[in-house]
Amino acid sequence: MKTSQIWFIAIGLVVVGLGLFAYKVYFLGFPVRPNTSVQVWNIEARVTFDARNEPVKVSLLVPTGSSRFAITGESFISTGYGLLVSTEERNRRATWSIRKASGKQNLYYQATVRAVRTVVSPPDDEPPAVVDPGFRGPALEAAKALLSEVKARSADAVTMVSALLRKLNEQPPSPHVKVLIGEQAKAEKKMEIAVRVLALDGIVARSVHGIKLQEERFEFSKNIPLLHWIEIYQKKKWIAFNPVSGRPSVPSDWLGWWRGKQNPVEVEGGDRVRVRVAVSPRLEEALLAAMGTNSLTKPLIMRFSLFSLPVSTQNVYRVLLMIPVGAFLLALARNVIGINTFGTFMPVLIGLSFRDTGLGTGIILFTIVVALGLTVRFWLERLKLLLVPRLTAILTVVVLLMGVLSVITNDLGLHRGLSVALFPMVILTMTIERMSIVWEERGPREALSAGLGSLVTAVGAYIVMNIKLLDHLVFVFPELLLVVLGLTMLLGRYSGYRLMDLIRFRNLAQG
Amino acid sequence: MIALPSSLRKVGVLAINRRNAQYVLKHNPRRLYPLVDDKLKTKQLALSHGIAAPELYGVIEVEGQVKGIAGMLEGLDDFVVKPARGSGGNGILVAAEKIGATYRGPDGAIISLEDIAYHIFNILSGLYSLGGQRDKAMIEYRVKFDPVFSAIAYQGVPDVRIIVFHGIPVMSMSRLPTRMSRGKANLHQGAIGVGIDMASGTTLHGVWRNDIVHTHPDTGQELAGVTIPEWQRLLEIASACYEITGLGYFGADIVLDAEKGPLILELNARPGLNIQIANAAGLLPRLQLVEQLDAKPLSIKERTAFARTHFGLKAT
Repeated sequence: MKTSQIWFIAIGLVVVGLGLFAYKVYFLGFPVRPNTSVQVWNIEARVTFDARNEPVKVSLLVPTGSSRFAITGESFISTGYGLLVSTEERNRRATWSIRKASGKQNLYYQATVRAVRTVVSPPDDEPPAVVDPGFRGPALEAAKALLSEVKARSADAVTMVSALLRKLNEQPPSPHVKVLIGEQAKAEKKMEIAVRVLALDGIVARSVHGIKLQEERFEFSKNIPLLHWIEIYQKKKWIAFNPVSGRPSVPSDWLGWWRGKQNPVEVEGGDRVRVRVAVSPRLEEALLAAMGTNSLTKPLIMRFSLFSLPVSTQNVYRVLLMIPVGAFLLALARNVIGINTFGTFMPVLIGLSFRDTGLGTGIILFTIVVALGLTVRFWLERLKLLLVPRLTAILTVVVLLMGVLSVITNDLGLHRGLSVALFPMVILTMTIERMSIVWEERGPREALSAGLGSLVTAVGAYIVMNIKLLDHLVFVFPELLLVVLGLTMLLGRYSGYRLMDLIRFRNLAQG
Repeated sequence: MIALPSSLRKVGVLAINRRNAQYVLKHNPRRLYPLVDDKLKTKQLALSHGIAAPELYGVIEVEGQVKGIAGMLEGLDDFVVKPARGSGGNGILVAAEKIGATYRGPDGAIISLEDIAYHIFNILSGLYSLGGQRDKAMIEYRVKFDPVFSAIAYQGVPDVRIIVFHGIPVMSMSRLPTRMSRGKANLHQGAIGVGIDMASGTTLHGVWRNDIVHTHPDTGQELAGVTIPEWQRLLEIASACYEITGLGYFGADIVLDAEKGPLILELNARPGLNIQIANAAGLLPRLQLVEQLDAKPLSIKERTAFARTHFGLKAT
């Protein structure tokens, strides 16, 4: 295959890997660092009323997820009530009903709100119809005059809405505005008028009522901390406008609760209705938050996620996914530095087993087992055993040695020595066999240098595979292994000098 | 103690990565490896094409044949038993002379028929083969090396390694056993490599491990200035192996027998790189010169002539 093709494939793999990684970081909100926490908000609405000992029907508008917020972990707490959640014109209504109730009643709605960054907003059904402006007499004239005034000062719908909002906020109000909303109008009234004025011009608009996500408790009935703004429907998208500045955006902590001119709560068969809303911030592990959000939108990529596996399997993959990273390091050590090792992947597996034993104990165990195993192997050499029985004999000796070492370290009160479950006996056996062959054929110097090289590479692999950040990255973003694959391909075509070549051929160097 | 990459590049030193990627992997198809990995196949191939190789007295493939060993050795005063797939000169048993019913090795040790049978059993079980695979034992002619080497060789059989690229010999060296290599002509085991001028067939200085040496460490003799007899024949034998194996890049190991002249011993599809130190020259300029040839010389005579004019001491 041509070098250019290798580059093409390698760059393709790197781009795909990094692309998926970036998508998951920026749009799905997966954290790049381990143990990152993000702020989520718990919201709770509590409806209290006195029941009149007759059928009760309570309906409460509850927040809908938007392109900015995801509503997750919803619960509706009510004893004995039947519950129906329905969607009507972008609002969701929870309706509790019961045949008979008396006395003080408490109904709860709880949910977790998370900020999200999605490109796709929840699909809108039919484009909504323009509302009936409903102006009569002088109000109609004032509204028309106001409309033509702001229209003259604007270029398109967005700038017109901005101009209209600024006009409505003007102090003192202009005469037309005064006719429409009076001297001192509340924000809610202003938004309602704005929607109707825009309807005169055929623009679909609606008012939005919501809360600011900050730690506080308030009652809907008192109405004070509620925020009101408007949205207009343009190019199949709802655009929100800041009610004060008129700019086409609202602060990121404004959560729309319901839309349109509706009562947030309606109670039949009850008196003294109060709705208390509590908002409290909570820190949540970013990973869980991302998982929670994505369980709602269900992007395709998440269906093939490792998180869908059982936890025990996930733990296995946490280890498995690190192996290619260690192997890549090994490839670098061998083909770029030129370190001599026994077996291709032996150092990676030894490094992996160091994760269980700890580095110091691991190195000591490795050295002792290989040294003793070699001694036994040299003795076996004199018996002239055939290959497979010889390997079986060495393996048996290695297992016995591990057992003896564990007993001894246990007696000495060093419990690290016991954690050898994953210590790769077969790999050690092969190492001993190869080392003894190299010892015989090429002398102790090369055998020891390759043994040391293996150990150094194993320690390097251990250190790299133990980096928490890397562990987190490859598990949460396994697509990064495509990047490793691409780089490995390039490494496979590296035909330059190894560091060790520079020493080996130093006598040939010129100038 | 360390060279700069640029200074090695200037000399055109070929290193492992590049040898594997651009020469071995590119010019040596995997399917041809069995031809050179199995010395029996190489020998049969060479003999069938009229290329001289040590005469084969017999092959033992299964344990049952070992019983008939005495018959096979009848009438032979000296011979060599070696594994077909051995590496690094391991597993070679040499019988130098016959004393009654037993033999004597080159070091004077007595070798009985039972010793030979045991050695063959070991060979068959794969004791000396790469990866421990089952192997065959070859009994063949014992090379009596040409006296030209007697001053600069210590025990064992010195040989000449010639690197051949596209059928053109590009670099060569003589491999001399030392006490350290225990009579084996393998550089990894401590043998000396002595560069050879491609034009004249005269030895240059040597490489021992990775260092340049001028005298033999055991005999103290000057390494340079020895002219290899029948140099043209050696080059032709090496060059001819290109046609019979189809390998684009290989090393041919040739011994010089006092009576029979140059004999091909084995071929290596992954020849070592220390030959460059022995010749104080990089392989790359020579390989690239061959690669850039529009019309590659066709006949063996043309190819060896090309090598002698372009890769001689004066040319490079």
